[in-house]
Amino acid sequence: LDNTALHEFTDILVFLLHADPNMVNAGDMNGSGNLMDFLDEPFPDVGTYEDFHTIDWLREKSRDTDRHRKITSKSKESIWEFIKSLLDAWSGWVVMLLIGLLAGTLAGVIDLAVDWMTDLKEGVCLSAFWYSHEQCCWTSNETTFDDRDKCPQWQKWSELLVSQSEGASAYILNYFLYIMWALCFAFLAVSLVRVFAPYACGSGIPEIKTILSGFIIRGYLGKWTLLIKTVTLVLVVSSGLSLGKEGPLVHVACCCGNFFSSLFSKYSKNEGKRREVLSAAAAAGVSVAFGAPIGGVLFSLEEVSYYFPLKTLWRSFFAALVAAFTLRSINPFGNSRLVLFYVEYHTPWYMAELFPFILLGVFGGLWGTLFIRCNIAWCRRRKTTRLGKYPVLEVIVITAITAIIAYPNPYTRRSTSELISELFNDCGALESSQLCDYINDPNMTRPVDDIPDRPAGPGVYTAMWQLALALVFKIVITIFTFGMKIPSGLFIPSMAVGAMAGRMVGIGVEQLAYHHHDWIIFRNWCRPGADCVTPGLYAMVGAAACLGGVTRMTVSLVVIMFELTGGLEYIVPLMAAAVTSKWVADAFGKEGIYEAHIHLNGYPFLDVKDEFTHRTLATDVMRPRRGEAPLSVLTQDSMTVEDVETLIKETDYNGFPVVVSKDSERLIGFAQRRELILAIKNARQRQDGVVSNSIVYFTEDPPELPPNSPHPLKLRRILNLSPFTVTDHTPMETVVDIFRKLGLRQCLVTRSGRLLGIITKKDVLRHMAQMANQDPESIMFN
Amino acid sequence: LSLILSSSLCLCYAVNSEDVRCKCICPPYKDHSGQIYNKNVSQKDCDCLHVVEPMPVPGPDVEAYCLRCECKYEERSSVTIKVTIIIYLSILGLLLLYMVYLTLVEPILKRRLFGHSQLIQSDEDIGDHQPFANAHDVLARSRSRANVLNKVEYAQQRWKLQVQEQRKSVFDRHVVLS
Repeated sequence: LDNTALHEFTDILVFLLHADPNMVNAGDMNGSGNLMDFLDEPFPDVGTYEDFHTIDWLREKSRDTDRHRKITSKSKESIWEFIKSLLDAWSGWVVMLLIGLLAGTLAGVIDLAVDWMTDLKEGVCLSAFWYSHEQCCWTSNETTFDDRDKCPQWQKWSELLVSQSEGASAYILNYFLYIMWALCFAFLAVSLVRVFAPYACGSGIPEIKTILSGFIIRGYLGKWTLLIKTVTLVLVVSSGLSLGKEGPLVHVACCCGNFFSSLFSKYSKNEGKRREVLSAAAAAGVSVAFGAPIGGVLFSLEEVSYYFPLKTLWRSFFAALVAAFTLRSINPFGNSRLVLFYVEYHTPWYMAELFPFILLGVFGGLWGTLFIRCNIAWCRRRKTTRLGKYPVLEVIVITAITAIIAYPNPYTRRSTSELISELFNDCGALESSQLCDYINDPNMTRPVDDIPDRPAGPGVYTAMWQLALALVFKIVITIFTFGMKIPSGLFIPSMAVGAMAGRMVGIGVEQLAYHHHDWIIFRNWCRPGADCVTPGLYAMVGAAACLGGVTRMTVSLVVIMFELTGGLEYIVPLMAAAVTSKWVADAFGKEGIYEAHIHLNGYPFLDVKDEFTHRTLATDVMRPRRGEAPLSVLTQDSMTVEDVETLIKETDYNGFPVVVSKDSERLIGFAQRRELILAIKNARQRQDGVVSNSIVYFTEDPPELPPNSPHPLKLRRILNLSPFTVTDHTPMETVVDIFRKLGLRQCLVTRSGRLLGIITKKDVLRHMAQMANQDPESIMFN
Repeated sequence: LSLILSSSLCLCYAVNSEDVRCKCICPPYKDHSGQIYNKNVSQKDCDCLHVVEPMPVPGPDVEAYCLRCECKYEERSSVTIKVTIIIYLSILGLLLLYMVYLTLVEPILKRRLFGHSQLIQSDEDIGDHQPFANAHDVLARSRSRANVLNKVEYAQQRWKLQVQEQRKSVFDRHVVLS
């Protein structure tokens, strides 16, 4: 290897392992000038953004149009340019393909690893340690009807260590080892997150929503975050904590999207275009989390994305398709298990059953409100008090409590997905679980899937109170689990809560119908000896209601539910429950869980769902207010370099309006702070003759200067000549609309052409918070 | 990444003979208890008559018995499972080793290397026992030499600074992701 090759190899290694191409320099430009010297980097490009700032959507759009126009005009020059223009047009689809492939692969790996590690808490497969319980007993002939998972190759820990499989000591040893494994996994996960990628904790969806609305969080979608989130997600789901993997999978898919878009300059240099890719990547994430590609696209449209033009719809569709296809081809289980909670029954439902479905919807809405309020209160406590100083200890304590309480109850001991699967399924003759312990009529000769309603046996009663206990436990523990410093998702726990409640209601209705089939409400549709009530359907409806109550999704929820279960006959009950739960939950509070977390963190997210109905004007919101210092402006051609630098150092505004002169405050344009700093630094280093006394001018031609004056500095190229302006009597309703629809960062207020003040996005958000009687100081970022 | 992709894509077509089966579940019938039958047959032969052997009921009852049984053809790819789990465990092991190195071994090494000279600590890092606490001064020292190995170390130190900033935002100041 010669030297240059070695350097190239090192560059690639550095790029893959440690360098984040988007992380230019952390921290404020002014205070950490020393930091920048230390790092000794080349100057970043004019046009990139600082961390925790909002992008300028209009500028990104116009830059993209310029780039496109340049490529189109050059494409007529030669064949090579034409090919380059074709490649540029196709690069979007190539990025989607790559995202789908990687997201599908990672989801497949996560699924397989979770399967194995969950069973590791209870025992190990002796013939091949990488098999989970079910896989281990796959080839054995010793499985019986009643105990379908028993085989000699898979042994519980008590069997392995002390050669006992029954009895009190075996139970205690299994219990103890279950807790130990759970603690071990959780501790590893939180340590990895803490040491390598602190941004990998939480669900990720609130931050991705904010990023997609134009906010910059450097490193949030980086390579290390991707790696750590994938690895620790497996660990936390296997540790038995009450969380799911769907939200983190959306984050993982967006990290993949960010990674691939940084390989193409079309997306890496333009933050607006990059967010189109991220919207599509979010769709691919939900698609692989649930095996629901259409639901994924709708979820991205409804919940995650901010701007969703039709082109993004197409791209998301393609990404979700490729991801689902990749997951299917990696799926080691052949054709089975493609639909996550496949239901095999097609029994019809009856109009009279809408009443319990609506009741379940009300329950879902109430639970959603309760969960959001309690979770936000707990997270606020974590944020402000001493509880937040011990994240590792908190994770360990919650895991210990979860493991200790979950082990005795068979419904919480197994993984939540298996629980939901069992609750959704109907009891045919082939089920042997406790939930299906009905009293069978020995003379019954009906075929397998049309068994009439039967009275409940003792097993069902045991199952009912165990489910009730599990329901209460899950409701309480999820409040404390969501938001810890580990990757945590919300979908599966909410669906579990709803499924348990729904199944209990379903069994109740079924028994009521069996024992009192002469009541008026049952008489018309439920004859004795008929199969009227399907408790599994109630579980599905309950799951949809609870998920809708927490996240406030509507269309995407129903589509995801029927893609999850394959039960197309049940769309109407699902819709009824989703609508009811949304109404009930909205009656108590307008925010879903993700908006509530955005609010808690103070992100500058201007929600499209918020309505602004107050009659304030632009003058009421603009800065400077009465009594404040006048606006800091730059003049067209009468300030020196030193004046500009002093102005920048003394204030911390993001940009400065440029006016003709201090007397006539007619607006010329707007200059960004970061670009001023960079341009002046650049000029001092590179251009001859530019000193502190040089005049800075923004016009085309330099102003008239006395002789012997230093070389003036032309900064016209960083000036935005078309800043958005409104007059002072513009109603705030219109201003908020403009900010939302165009994605502005700031807007200037003029009267008869004279500059009066400026309204930034932060001011708008603070004003909205004030109008809604919330704390305007909670808006933290710019 | 490409390793996982290529290995999974070419291995999912390698079907082991042990990896297919037909599974028939038959519920209790009269005085026979429920049973599960597994047999390695092809998909077209996956039904009650081929798989349930020996038939527990006499001739005339076979049809009634078989009507209640449910037979499913299942296949899996054991190679995919094995490869995936082993790759995952090796990545996890590497990360754990790196974490142990960064948190425990490296500070001890640095302390021995730089001996008795006081480590320059800025105001923020006084009492900072978190990993990467001496990234600043290492950066200062390494700036003078410029060769290949140093490039990697340089990038590593810059990465450590980034992670430290992230950790401060998330864990200490609770500004993001609370």
